[in-house]
Amino acid sequence: MLEFEVRGLDFAAVGEASGTIKRTLQQVGMDASLVRRVAVCAFEVETNIVIHAHRGVVRARISPRQVVVEGEDEGPGIPDLEAAMREGFSTAPAYIREMGFGAGMGFSNMRRCADHMEVSTQVGKGTRVRLVIEASGS
Amino acid sequence: MTQGGYFHSVRLDLDKCKGCTNCIKRCPVEAIRVREGKAQIMEERCIDCGECVRVCPNHAKYVVTDGLDRLQQFRYRIALPAPAFYGQFRPDVPPGAVLAALMAVGFDGVFEVAVAAEAVTLATRAYLERGMPRAARPLISSACPAVIRLMQVRFPTLLPHIIPIESPMEMAARLAREEKAREWGVNPREIGAFFITPCAAKVTAAKQPEGSLVSSVDGVLSMSTMYAEVLRRLADVNPGTELHRSSGAGIGWGMAGGEGRALGTGTVLAVDGIHNVVAVLEEVERGTLSDVDFVEAQACVGGCIGGPLTVQNPFISRVRMRRLVEEFGRRSPGVDEAEVRRRFRQGFFDMAKTIKPRPVLRLDEDVTRAIRKMDRLEKTLARLPGLDCGACGSPTCRALAEDIVRERAFETDCIFQLREQLEELAERMVQLSRIVPPALSRDKASGGGGGGEPEDRD
Repeated sequence: MLEFEVRGLDFAAVGEASGTIKRTLQQVGMDASLVRRVAVCAFEVETNIVIHAHRGVVRARISPRQVVVEGEDEGPGIPDLEAAMREGFSTAPAYIREMGFGAGMGFSNMRRCADHMEVSTQVGKGTRVRLVIEASGS
Repeated sequence: MTQGGYFHSVRLDLDKCKGCTNCIKRCPVEAIRVREGKAQIMEERCIDCGECVRVCPNHAKYVVTDGLDRLQQFRYRIALPAPAFYGQFRPDVPPGAVLAALMAVGFDGVFEVAVAAEAVTLATRAYLERGMPRAARPLISSACPAVIRLMQVRFPTLLPHIIPIESPMEMAARLAREEKAREWGVNPREIGAFFITPCAAKVTAAKQPEGSLVSSVDGVLSMSTMYAEVLRRLADVNPGTELHRSSGAGIGWGMAGGEGRALGTGTVLAVDGIHNVVAVLEEVERGTLSDVDFVEAQACVGGCIGGPLTVQNPFISRVRMRRLVEEFGRRSPGVDEAEVRRRFRQGFFDMAKTIKPRPVLRLDEDVTRAIRKMDRLEKTLARLPGLDCGACGSPTCRALAEDIVRERAFETDCIFQLREQLEELAERMVQLSRIVPPALSRDKASGGGGGGEPEDRD
């Protein structure tokens, strides 16, 4: 299992967790399409924590047939989860959008790439995301 | 010369190598280790980018090229100077003079790679007009062979992004042979095409091409050697104007950004320096560059003028190259556009084979075993100090952990681990030395020192 601590608003570090996860999967010899999907999921999970939360962790559990990506953060939580799932919906402030983040594609990208997605959130406490990405042909 | 089935132009001079850690730290594919006081290149990983040639303070890394004696093996000889060659000379030496002096070295003809670069630019434009599947955006240039091989090893998922058009070097050899055979009325097989290279990567590309079955380049000469040969003859030649045909667009290919500028269409991202290329390719892999149409990536800082076989400081050559681009920018190109387009449609510029991944970084062929090794790797890494000092001979602590898992190194290769283990051993020795065998201790009842006795006994 790989685990990374992610701090809120630490934009310089965005991509570190997902990049390491991606390299690890490549080194393990996972199928290229799986690697790509996991990398997208991990990147979106990581970015969400940086944009919205105070701090959190990103984890990846690797097995031959599937990869589970988890994000767990201490943060404001998501008041309207249904809206958050919609493509283009974003609560990111303007300065974050100016950096090219917060386009409201996070959850839709995750849904596109993951085979299974669970999000649980508690306003004022934090959010937990669990994504399962299956190897193709399994 | 082939080693382990894979030709490498980058070699090591064991006598000069001092076993320092400069090269292992800079290699973009972590292909070098120091073992028994000497660097060792892992053949299966090396991409011949030449980064280690540049950073070695002892000049222990060198590039194998052909000697001038190879010219004798052909009845007719053509020199193919890379565009960067022009940037090596003083500003008062025009390309025409460089080419005339090249002829005097012993060639029957010259064909500028800059002219072939113009043809490749036109072919690329025609290729882009066909319209690409969105999945393959941004497209990546195929011109730098070190970047291609980097992608085979580290970015296999991006290989479909490479424009399947041959490089200017390869096209120059084909066009030159065709043109001269016709012009001279000779058998093309009797003509030897000699590329004058700024780098190691192109030597490998000529000896062992990734995109074509056999390269049309018959020999590769080092730019630094040819610089000296040309310099000696410059005073005696008459700089004719007929030899120099290339325009600014083709010459510009010799420096970073030139290829994209020549293309003149779409949004181009130009990146140079192999470590910068890695960073940009990581972005491409992440899919964040949807606004970019074309990536021009070159392994050397400054582009080809920064190649390890050049003689001039790349920043100085850049000034000269820019002047040439400006001076010859407005003249008509050295190739005919309609002709290039016609031949592009016939497949003349196409790579003959698909570029395949080289998954040499894999821990194991079997995924389950690889995952187990990865687990061990992570646990080993957690025990290492994380200083990436290189004293163990591996470039980083992570690389050492990987080497341990691959059974190519031991944990005690880490001097900090070794020290810790020594410390433990020393402590154990002290403990052992305190133990007094019963036969030697005089007062058994006192328990060896009487420390346990109450003090107020008297």
